[in-house]
Amino acid sequence: MPQSAEKVLDHAPLFRETEYRKMLAAKKLNFECPHPDQIVTDQSEFTKTWEYRDKNLAREALVVNPAKACQPLGAVFAAAGFERTMSFVHGSQGCVAYYRSHLSRHFKEPASAVSSSMTEDAAVFGGLKNMIDGLANTYKLYEPKMIAVSTTCMAEVIGDDLHSFIENARQEGSVPQDFEVPYAHTPAFVGSHIDGYDVMVKGVLENFWKGKQRSEVANTVNIIPGFDGFCVGNNRELKRLLDLMGVSYTFIQDASDQYDTPSDGEFRMYDGGTKIEDVKTALNAEATLSLQHYNTRKTLEYCQEVGQTTASFHYPIGVEATDELLMRVSEISGKEIPEAIRLERGRLVDAMADSQSWLHGKKYAIYGDPDFVHAMARFVMETGGEPTHCLATNGTSAWEAEMKKLLAASSFGKDAQVWASKDLWAMRSLLFTEPVDLLIGNSYGKYLERDTGTPLIRLMFPIFDRHHHHRFPLIGYQGGLRVLTTILDKIFDKLDRETIETGVTDYSFDLTR
Amino acid sequence: MSLDSQTDGALHTKLIEDVLSRYPDKTAKRRKKHLGVATRIQEIAGEAEPLSECDVKSNIKSIPGVMTIRGCAYAGSKGVVWGPVKDMVHISHGPVGCGQYSWSQRRNYYVGTTSIDSFVTMQFTSDFQEKDIVFGGDKKLEKIIDEIEELFPLNKGISIQSECPIGLIGDDIEAVSRKKAKQHEKTIVPVRCEGFRGVSQSLGHHIANDAIRDWVFEKKDVEFEPGPYDVNVIGDYNIGGDAWASRILLEEMGLRVVGNWSGDATLAEIERAPKAKLNLIHCYRSMNYICRHMEEKYGIPWIEYNFFGPSQIESSMRTIAKHFGPGIQQKTEYVIAKYRPLVDAVIDKYWPRLEGRTVMLYVGGLRPRHVISAYEDLGMEIVGTGYEFGHNDDYQRTGHYVQEGTLIYDDVTGYELEKFIEGIRPDLVGSGIKEKYPVQKMGIPFRQMHSWDYSGPYHGYDGFAIFARDMDLAINNPVWDLYDAPWKNKPAAAAIAAE
Repeated sequence: MPQSAEKVLDHAPLFRETEYRKMLAAKKLNFECPHPDQIVTDQSEFTKTWEYRDKNLAREALVVNPAKACQPLGAVFAAAGFERTMSFVHGSQGCVAYYRSHLSRHFKEPASAVSSSMTEDAAVFGGLKNMIDGLANTYKLYEPKMIAVSTTCMAEVIGDDLHSFIENARQEGSVPQDFEVPYAHTPAFVGSHIDGYDVMVKGVLENFWKGKQRSEVANTVNIIPGFDGFCVGNNRELKRLLDLMGVSYTFIQDASDQYDTPSDGEFRMYDGGTKIEDVKTALNAEATLSLQHYNTRKTLEYCQEVGQTTASFHYPIGVEATDELLMRVSEISGKEIPEAIRLERGRLVDAMADSQSWLHGKKYAIYGDPDFVHAMARFVMETGGEPTHCLATNGTSAWEAEMKKLLAASSFGKDAQVWASKDLWAMRSLLFTEPVDLLIGNSYGKYLERDTGTPLIRLMFPIFDRHHHHRFPLIGYQGGLRVLTTILDKIFDKLDRETIETGVTDYSFDLTR
Repeated sequence: MSLDSQTDGALHTKLIEDVLSRYPDKTAKRRKKHLGVATRIQEIAGEAEPLSECDVKSNIKSIPGVMTIRGCAYAGSKGVVWGPVKDMVHISHGPVGCGQYSWSQRRNYYVGTTSIDSFVTMQFTSDFQEKDIVFGGDKKLEKIIDEIEELFPLNKGISIQSECPIGLIGDDIEAVSRKKAKQHEKTIVPVRCEGFRGVSQSLGHHIANDAIRDWVFEKKDVEFEPGPYDVNVIGDYNIGGDAWASRILLEEMGLRVVGNWSGDATLAEIERAPKAKLNLIHCYRSMNYICRHMEEKYGIPWIEYNFFGPSQIESSMRTIAKHFGPGIQQKTEYVIAKYRPLVDAVIDKYWPRLEGRTVMLYVGGLRPRHVISAYEDLGMEIVGTGYEFGHNDDYQRTGHYVQEGTLIYDDVTGYELEKFIEGIRPDLVGSGIKEKYPVQKMGIPFRQMHSWDYSGPYHGYDGFAIFARDMDLAINNPVWDLYDAPWKNKPAAAAIAAE
């Protein structure tokens, strides 16, 4: 009997004990009707070949292990970035349970959202009644300042019209006449979570800006961060930089406090977020900058329509991407980039120079949201690395073209390949046939690490199996230091593991590296 | 927290009144039926303890906008019943999200070569696009099945887990399944578990059970030599290895577990189930349907059992053994005696650290009642419990477990649960990921009781030791005493709760 009260063994060690190994071997042999081991090994080996890769990449219908989620997740994340705002997702209730769980598992934080709980009868008659009752209950129970409505695919398929439903609910007295209920249609069968983010932010802006007179305040700037699992660290870091510069700015959508509430005995259902008053006055800003171009295409279009100058970036990680952002901010705001920031920049460059020998020529596979992949590829090239595979399941042909342009501009990108709309099962074939040194992505990449032995660096939402990384920034020069250190740690840890065998490989187990 | 059940009952009644007062009238009326306090009913001859009654309405529609914790039929079928069947590919049929959010989240352990002969921790989706909604997805589904056959040829079968749009756009996944099953000579199971069906996960379980009946049973000649002690374990999803920690005991009792449903299951184990002598059902809620079917159709009796905590393990093992007669009964007594020193050592170690601590539960399936005795085996007390998607028969069964005065909440809303926890301030809350962080922010220790908070197993004797350790480490961690900044002159929230 392996178990004892003194040293309690849980799943990881327990099932390695003889009793369990024997039991599971017997289960397999006698009851599972498995394929013969040789057939399994042969198939396993076959999946590593170019022949399998060709079949795999030729898939037309099946998607396996995609690196994207659906629109309403982005809408719920977006709504969490506004003051006392409750997400209300119109449609089936199971979806909302999923978004909440998904966000909580990444941030290790509460994630509140409600559903209109539509069932079969609503599928037949429409969900108007659910909207009327639902808004009334949400308003009364959760005391929001604003309710942001989005949709599940069920409501979209049956064609529920949010605008008229919300107006109906208002007439019925579900919420006061002047209560803010911005909305966005977020069909799960179009785009991905980054598009849901886009339309929800746009919905909020339209709610407050439509029909309002804009009187531009020169040198003021709005910042839209985009869907960002690292919003906690990133938004705070960018604010620090903007404050150092003395810029007059407004974050439009800022979930950094919502997803980082303190433990002090009080559960805060709402915390932080862009103030509703600030959203209103943001109409008058001279410019709106998006930190993630592919997260904000529609929103920026709208900002242009109202007369603002716009610019978009690709998740500014590393030296040059941060330079560009700061120079643009400086240009619009009329504020100089202070010496303190130049010194920070120098420290990042210093760190990169110190470590360049360990990074030069390393090959990477990078996957994730389009802006993230762009950012990582660019930073990797700054360190002398080669982004061999760049994959975004939710990448469009426009993204593919932009990536190719970026890669072509550097000698480190000349052999790089761009994989728009491919999934992680495709990535598995790529890693077997054209291996790399490091894989950069999210927690789902751990299966690729297991199968192909490529060390995984987790730098992208969602990260379920490591804690607190999102509390530290990736963007800006400080963020660049963190990304750099994370990559280096992975390289050194691997090298130590490979050279740790006493008397065999430990001649290279160097104390100083 | 008082241990006086009448005082508790009065407090709990007050808490119910308070939360209801906050709702709009119409909603208050509806929610009232789901909330209650367990009452003592007449003592029944032959029962050692008087029974309590949990008289709440259940298994009816959730109210819009209140933040129900429930999921959907797809979650019940793909997430619970079908997903763990390891040698089949389960297609999340529809848009990308459902499969993405449920990918690898239920910790259904299995042994196999993932992506070659086992597929549990993979996300297969048809990733519906607008054109699939407009023109229908059947053609795409056919192609998907062909591509699975080409790229994952060692799969033993395929299930099609319908997401909301499938039922709304009128796709005929049954016809596709028949056609492709014939062409590839494989088991292909269409499951109509669209998320809008029913009121919770529960209908998804039922639909998934029916799909086994209609699309798996009696579809192949099953070559299998039955034995006198063959049992199926039904409704154990092997979360963190639960089914393994149970199987080892059943085998030691002299039984032959011919099928694990559905944690670590293979299709073969499901196909042969009708040849067993007895069905042992752990999660009654999610799999009673198929047990009843096997009883009616094949004359296989079924027994509900409970492998959480030594009292229930012992009494369950004895009940099961009785079914097989003296030979098995004798072995069973040997097993109980063998593990007794472990049980005693675990209780000796943890009882003093956990005695008198109060617990509130809010979970699904069997756990709102099944884990109660395990806590009591450690000297802890359950002060509130409720089901996400229970039915009337679950609440009836709960009466056997809870004390008079226990707060009962069905399909609790986020608001209610927060207020109940705030009002009762238990020493521990056991619920899900969505509840974990709000509760911990309040300074109250928490364990996820769906995923075992990434620990487990909790079933069986080996699991009980882990369960005891985990409850202790949750409650007795020093972090709860650090919540208040010392320069703020007020008593610590955590300290109040501990008194």
